Amino acid sequence: MKKLICYLLIFFLSNNSLSYSIENERNSKNEISKNIRCLICQGQSIYDSQSDFAISMKIVIEKKIIEGLTEDEIYDYLKNQYGQWILYDPELNKKTFILWILPILLFLLGGAIIVKKILIKKI
Amino acid sequence: MKNKLLLLFLFAFFIFCFFIFYKSVNTDSSYKPNENLEKKINNFIAEDFFSGDKIESQELFKNNKFYIVNIWAAWCRPCREEHPKLMELSKNQNVQLIGINYRDNKKKAKQFIEDYGNPFSLILYDKKGTVAIELGAYGIPETFIINKDKKIVKKYLGALTDQNLKEIYSTLK
Amino acid sequence: MLISQIGYYSLVLGLIFSILIIPVSIKNLNNDIKFDSRIFSISFLQFIFVLISFLSLIFSFIYSDFSNETVYNNSHTSKPLFYKISGTWGNHEGSLLLWLLVLTLFIFLFLIQSKNQPKKYKILTLLFQQIIIIGFFLFVIKTSNPFNYLFPIPAEGLGLNPILQDPALAIHPPILYLGYVGSSIIFSSSLAAILANYINQSWAKSIKFWILVSWIFLTFGIMLGSIWAYYELGWGGFWFWDPVENISLMPWLSLTALLHCILVLEKKFSLGSWTIILSISTFILSMSGTFLVRSGILNSVHTFANDPERGLFILFFLFSLIFLSLIIFFGFYKEKQIPNQKFFLFSKETSIVVNNWFIMYFLSVILIGTVYPIFLDILSNDKISVGPPFYNKLILPFLILFLFFMTIGPSLNWIRSDFKKIKNKLLIYFIFSFLICLLIFYNISSLNLISSILLLSAAYLFYFTIMDFFKNKFTNISQSISHLGFSLLVISILLNSIFSNEVSMNLKLGEKFKFQNGVILFESLKKRQGSNYESLIGTFRIKDNKNKITILNPEIRIYDQPETITSEADIKTTLYSDKFIVMNLVSKDEYFNVRYQIKSFMIWIWISGILIAIGGMSTFLRRSYEK
Repeated sequence: MKKLICYLLIFFLSNNSLSYSIENERNSKNEISKNIRCLICQGQSIYDSQSDFAISMKIVIEKKIIEGLTEDEIYDYLKNQYGQWILYDPELNKKTFILWILPILLFLLGGAIIVKKILIKKI
Repeated sequence: MKNKLLLLFLFAFFIFCFFIFYKSVNTDSSYKPNENLEKKINNFIAEDFFSGDKIESQELFKNNKFYIVNIWAAWCRPCREEHPKLMELSKNQNVQLIGINYRDNKKKAKQFIEDYGNPFSLILYDKKGTVAIELGAYGIPETFIINKDKKIVKKYLGALTDQNLKEIYSTLK
Repeated sequence: MLISQIGYYSLVLGLIFSILIIPVSIKNLNNDIKFDSRIFSISFLQFIFVLISFLSLIFSFIYSDFSNETVYNNSHTSKPLFYKISGTWGNHEGSLLLWLLVLTLFIFLFLIQSKNQPKKYKILTLLFQQIIIIGFFLFVIKTSNPFNYLFPIPAEGLGLNPILQDPALAIHPPILYLGYVGSSIIFSSSLAAILANYINQSWAKSIKFWILVSWIFLTFGIMLGSIWAYYELGWGGFWFWDPVENISLMPWLSLTALLHCILVLEKKFSLGSWTIILSISTFILSMSGTFLVRSGILNSVHTFANDPERGLFILFFLFSLIFLSLIIFFGFYKEKQIPNQKFFLFSKETSIVVNNWFIMYFLSVILIGTVYPIFLDILSNDKISVGPPFYNKLILPFLILFLFFMTIGPSLNWIRSDFKKIKNKLLIYFIFSFLICLLIFYNISSLNLISSILLLSAAYLFYFTIMDFFKNKFTNISQSISHLGFSLLVISILLNSIFSNEVSMNLKLGEKFKFQNGVILFESLKKRQGSNYESLIGTFRIKDNKNKITILNPEIRIYDQPETITSEADIKTTLYSDKFIVMNLVSKDEYFNVRYQIKSFMIWIWISGILIAIGGMSTFLRRSYEK
């Protein structure tokens, strides 16, 4: 068993190609584009879409990044223009509060039911 | 007793869901943007179509008039169809038309203007489509109505219809 | 044209038989005859007529019979034969025939497979299934007739969307439906078992077969969909949390939970009511999915053309089934009072309960995420989008815990275990986590905390599944294979998202582009005539930093029926990574937009999925081996 850990360590350390350049490809533009909905397509992000709207939007985003806006500022800018609908990440606000909380509530509810109905705590 | 309560709750819940879905089936799911909000115009820099000079957005809306911004291109067929309406609108003294030539070939666009007339007091050349995005446009053709307070008060997606034209005229009064 | 008549009247005959079978079965319920063989024959006839109808539609497509409206809308003479055939179920009407086919086939097979089951239970299952079948017959005949007559007969059809002309997508619906629609049997059988007071271990044993069958096909079906998306849609992704993808995933989650649950019911005769709830929910989820996709409510690349009339029909049908299930469950289900119902903390039963708890959580996240925008839109006229960030944030942290429990669960005994058994595993977990987290965290700086812990948990599960396998050999081999597959899936997806990278550029013929990992040269461009399209094939020579050369040939296809332009990616697959390239025309220029991606460990994602399904299939092999 200890051998296995050793092998794993050696594997991770020695494999050079594992250290692919992540920084370069963690391209902000790509990351942001994945989060923006293509408004004239049927359910695609502008990252995936090749429509005119998507291509122009990607250029605008690139421009904004060069201008120095942060990711959040770009999202705010687009939200003001097009509405919350354009962002794939539903932010936590009055309207989406239930969206985020409900699954967690159900999880806790499930836990409570399980504890009550099923378990004898005996270790 | 507890079971009955649960059953009642579930019944009520599903009836609620039913009504939501029922209404939803009968409504159109395509996105109609909120076309009536008063929105400020973002700052942007655009290129003049004929001279190639850079123009700032604040410069565009200096006069005390209504402005109609229309996104068009020579390759866009509905734009061709709505063009006569634009020509008519340009005759109105209360309004100035600004055209945005969207992702177009300059030669073909010039030909379009020569053939069908130029209703625009100014045309911006938007080769990459970014000016349209900075205005909050979806595509082409699209028309914005800007009031004397420099706010976007109405957005029309698609070619202008006669109904749209009537609305515009009543706004311009 | 005659074929259409045959097809249509077969459907009508099928409907007649499906109604006929009801009085015959009810009579059999009440009399003393063991099991009326006429029921058997009628259900067979019902299936045969649906089959004839389905085959007629296929033949109409093969012979391009454009007097048939469905064929006209979805086919074209120049389509290759294989895609003419698969076009049969690639549209709304044809896919509904597929629904009917699977529904009638499965009830017939059920009657065969459950020969030794109590009569009352069998007949009730049949009756409930018939409700569903008749509903679909009416739906098809009334709103979605595949045999509508067109006059004058058009000379040519409108064609099938070229991105649907792909082998994976051709077999994706039949496989998916066998799983999806197959869960109808589980639904009918549960309601029947309630009424027949048959919720016990022998019922569990018989229904386990159907759960497995449905689950295996659904696993393959979902995988095929992902594989198609990866190879065909050209963006290198395989899962987008698109509403239609979610809709296929939800019944799968429910089935997985049910699969584990039925084990408890079979061995220990408890969790009966929860099993019933899961059985009913799985099919309800399938039906809801069908509703959402075909009613036009959802905005997605996958949706069929929408039509409110059809949407309303399914809506009424769906909610009738829901209310029927509620009434039967609350009205007729008698919980058997068994002593020793409660579980001990460290036992296999508890671990399965925990498993179900987590799976239900994942299910609720996906369900709420998919359906919430609809509710919000109707209630407050606000449109929001729920996409990958939502699902990732809510699922990933819980997945860590889930993997951890998955590792511990199988080593617990039924009824009761000592803490000692798992003490070792826990200790090793902490040593493992410390070492590997350090290692990963320092070596790969951009890997965030959640991802590294997740990777660790998956590796932990992977390691222990293998260890357990060597300890226990072939007992529980299906579990080992499937769990191994699942851990491998999580690992591959994580490694894929961490190590993949991409670069995008606009190139003219002959140009080079230098990027971090090498150089791409746009070498040549060729024209080629395909069977129903014209294509531009670009050749790209990619040299990486080790001077290794890869040559890729992406295509741009120009179809004329319908007029579409598609990009076909070229992918070179190795065990280590996929090299993925796609090119697109940049409108009106001589430039091509080229997107080159290195997707690490891509093939392992598919291998893991297949492993999961194989685990399920091996149960059958083991059974026949034991016989």
